[in-house]
Amino acid sequence: MKSRLIALMLPMVLVVAVAVAAAEDAGQIKVSKGSAQIERSGQKLPASVGHVVQQGDVVITGSDGSVGITFRDNSLVSIGPDSVLAIDRFVFNSTTHQGNFDSTLKQGTLAVVSGKLAKQSPEAMKVKTPAAILGVRGTEFLVRTGPAKD
Amino acid sequence: MCAGLSSLFARARRKTDPLPAWSQHLVWLAPLALSALAGCASRNDLYVLLPGKDGKTGALTVESQGDKRTLDTPYAAARVKNTGSVGGFTTSEAEVKQDFGPALAAQPKRPVSFFLYFISDTDEFAPESKALVSQIFAEIARRPAPEIVIIGHTDRVGSMPYNDMLSRRRAERCRDELLKLGIPKIRITIAGRGWREPEIPTAQDVPEPRNRRVEISVR
Repeated sequence: MKSRLIALMLPMVLVVAVAVAAAEDAGQIKVSKGSAQIERSGQKLPASVGHVVQQGDVVITGSDGSVGITFRDNSLVSIGPDSVLAIDRFVFNSTTHQGNFDSTLKQGTLAVVSGKLAKQSPEAMKVKTPAAILGVRGTEFLVRTGPAKD
Repeated sequence: MCAGLSSLFARARRKTDPLPAWSQHLVWLAPLALSALAGCASRNDLYVLLPGKDGKTGALTVESQGDKRTLDTPYAAARVKNTGSVGGFTTSEAEVKQDFGPALAAQPKRPVSFFLYFISDTDEFAPESKALVSQIFAEIARRPAPEIVIIGHTDRVGSMPYNDMLSRRRAERCRDELLKLGIPKIRITIAGRGWREPEIPTAQDVPEPRNRRVEISVR
């Protein structure tokens, strides 16, 4: 009886463990000004200081907004007003420093100081825009993307 | 309007000629997919490499459809006006402030690291490291939503698995010290890096006190 109960519960425990791993924090918001939101699985959350950012989140700022995020590998990422940044993938092994950090700036402005992932491997960090793909070799850079203004 | 697309298309077709007939249908889809992805409108894209705060400037590659440019000097910049062309120039600190002011102003504070040293094969602090704890505490108090990352390191005496474990034990020891000061556990993460990141690289089995350390990074 007891072993049957354990057999029943084991898959449940595994499901919980997987869910926790999938939702592992990628970073934390350290700076937030004006209107700023996080879109997470269809829900809109406030992007205020102390909130976590996860893989799959989209960070969105209004015309007066800006947000600064410190990621687990010490990458510093900030966006200016009217910006949309998708965190496509964030995987970081704190023992080996291996993993991947892929993000897409769909519109607006972005400032990046790369962290331990880019230092460990030049392929680990990728930033996409609608017009280009950026490869990062341990560095600080800026991105602006959007249609030309007439 | 969509300059470059037709030539890209031609190139794609030539490449797939020797392939079986079914795959040639994919060729017709490729330009469609590309134009949907990138759009044909002219763009206002700007990419700038900044000088590193640590004095080193890295490199950034900007790859658009069929064009690629590497930026590797301070304030080197690239424009993508139409998909398929990446134009290079050099910008300046003043222009960058104008173009990216709010994004730069929102950059989080840079992480700061403190190093504590240990007596060989133990998790006991070397005497001079005890005094650092109050400095670390002050740095934590200065930051919004502070996080503390404690990373243990070892020298190369012993096996790799043993040193991975020892480095983690040293990190745990430091965490316990910070917990005693009232720093919430949820703010602290720990990691053991074993001997992967020596301050002084040595051969195997060489004792090196400067490598027996814990980095406490506050961010």
